[in-house]
Amino acid sequence: MVALARLVARPLIVSTVRKRRPALAGLTPYLLLAPSALFLLAFTYWPVVQVVRSSLTVRGFRGAPHWGLENYSRLFGDAHFTTAVGNTLVYAAGTIIPGLVLALLFALALTETTRLTGTLRTLVALPMLIPLVAAASLFAFIFLPNAGLLDHYLAIFGVAETNWLGDPSLALGSIIAITVWKNCGYYMLFFLAGLAGIPRELLDAAKIDGAGPVQRLFRITLPLLGPTLAFVLVIATLNAMTQIDHVIVLTQGGPSDTTSMLLFYIYQQAQQNFDVGRASAATVVSVGVLFVLSLVSLRSLERGIHYET
Amino acid sequence: MRRDTPLFALALASAAALLWFIPFAWMAVASIREAGAGAADLASLWPSGPFGWGNFADAWSSGHFPLWYLNTVLVCGGILAIQCVTVSLAGYAFARMRFPGKTILFALFLLQLILVPPILIVPNLSTLVALHLYDTLPGIMAPYCASAFGVFLMRQTFRTIPRDYEEAAVIDGATRLQIIVHVLLPLSRPGLAAFAIVSITTHWNEFLWPLMATSSPSNQVLTVGLATFTAGAEAGSEWGVIAAGTFLVAAPLLAAFVLFQRRFVSSFTLSGIK
Repeated sequence: MVALARLVARPLIVSTVRKRRPALAGLTPYLLLAPSALFLLAFTYWPVVQVVRSSLTVRGFRGAPHWGLENYSRLFGDAHFTTAVGNTLVYAAGTIIPGLVLALLFALALTETTRLTGTLRTLVALPMLIPLVAAASLFAFIFLPNAGLLDHYLAIFGVAETNWLGDPSLALGSIIAITVWKNCGYYMLFFLAGLAGIPRELLDAAKIDGAGPVQRLFRITLPLLGPTLAFVLVIATLNAMTQIDHVIVLTQGGPSDTTSMLLFYIYQQAQQNFDVGRASAATVVSVGVLFVLSLVSLRSLERGIHYET
Repeated sequence: MRRDTPLFALALASAAALLWFIPFAWMAVASIREAGAGAADLASLWPSGPFGWGNFADAWSSGHFPLWYLNTVLVCGGILAIQCVTVSLAGYAFARMRFPGKTILFALFLLQLILVPPILIVPNLSTLVALHLYDTLPGIMAPYCASAFGVFLMRQTFRTIPRDYEEAAVIDGATRLQIIVHVLLPLSRPGLAAFAIVSITTHWNEFLWPLMATSSPSNQVLTVGLATFTAGAEAGSEWGVIAAGTFLVAAPLLAAFVLFQRRFVSSFTLSGIK
């Protein structure tokens, strides 16, 4: 840090005065990057190396640990794992598609700025501010069989008592509903920003040319929202892979594994079964998935941020 | 003013937005409804008495809210303070300097947007143990001290500032560090504010990592505390107390959002990623 301060503290004038620049001056940018790089190395790059290594390290009951693929064969042979992967796919599709469609509909309906739309936007955006565990606490009551909020009001329509989180055929859907409720407003904000960036003249011109509202939506608005859509899609996918707090609090992956997700499985192996080998192998699989995702989307991500800024 | 949004769309959106608000409405009503109002009223959204602060008192005394608030504020504040240093320096390097490997390094930095900390909990946990940071507040903060999003945001912010200011400072003999601290950062307040809002919101709401990185109750943050608290109160079906506890956890950010709505919204749309 001292060296950094000293180098950074060197007056910039040096280069303009045409004195000989000290050899170290070229290091300045790297020193400025060093603090960030240090933390990234320790908690982003090194963990990837480490987790690959420990996923390939086999610890038997006897003898020294050796290299091997046993962790992976144990992982893929574990029915809990394959179920978790399947659930993650369902959870991703179930949160992303309705979440984005609803967000887009909200944004389209609330795109004009009036006092009413402002209030409605706030109502939809509020869930994104609270922790997912807080949402889980609220939905623990909403989904409570019989006395809970949902059953209480559904009873008016003659719907019988339902065990939303305890019924294997409903539990994942209930978890998905919480995520959609929580994230929809966040995605709506992006669509609102995207909609605001569409030039009015384009829509007006189309209107004069006789394009109806549906045509304008599909021919102008949606194509121009392309970058926003790609960007939100990436965030939503990341969220689907990383947001499992409500699973931990509400269902613990149950009933009978129906709400177990990839990250929950990792958490379970590490925290409850102390099976580091299998947890590492599962982490490598997730990192692999995210890495492919990043290669596909880094461009659209960067463009997306540019676009928003 | 022309009205482009059809009335039925607006009506539909209003109904949906009210539906969206129901969990909050229940939280508000149930938290101030005194216990003993009857099980049938538990789910009622209609604000019916008797009202009182009993649930809040119960929540406050059965949880460790002062400690959880303190830990959460320390974690969020600590992360933000360190982030401000790391992202300003790196943001400056990427915005204003030329050096070999710049493009590759920038791409490597951005990789953190995808390789998010929750995915890396297992290896990060062993790193934490090796560094003797397990079960400490700095341990919770450590993985977040560098922020790819922050670097990106500061780079963009610095780029919008005309170089004239810096050149004037250079003529006056200012050093790079002085330029960053005294010239660029004061001009970057909107960018910094946006970053602060996103950073604080993210870490205030973070659950999985603080849960895994700590074991003793004295190091629990609000989210972890709420989870244990809810589990306890749920067993006793004390839903009013749960509503009050949830309110205590969520209220600061909700209030900040309602008060500084415009700031929040622009920060979030600027960000997208934490």
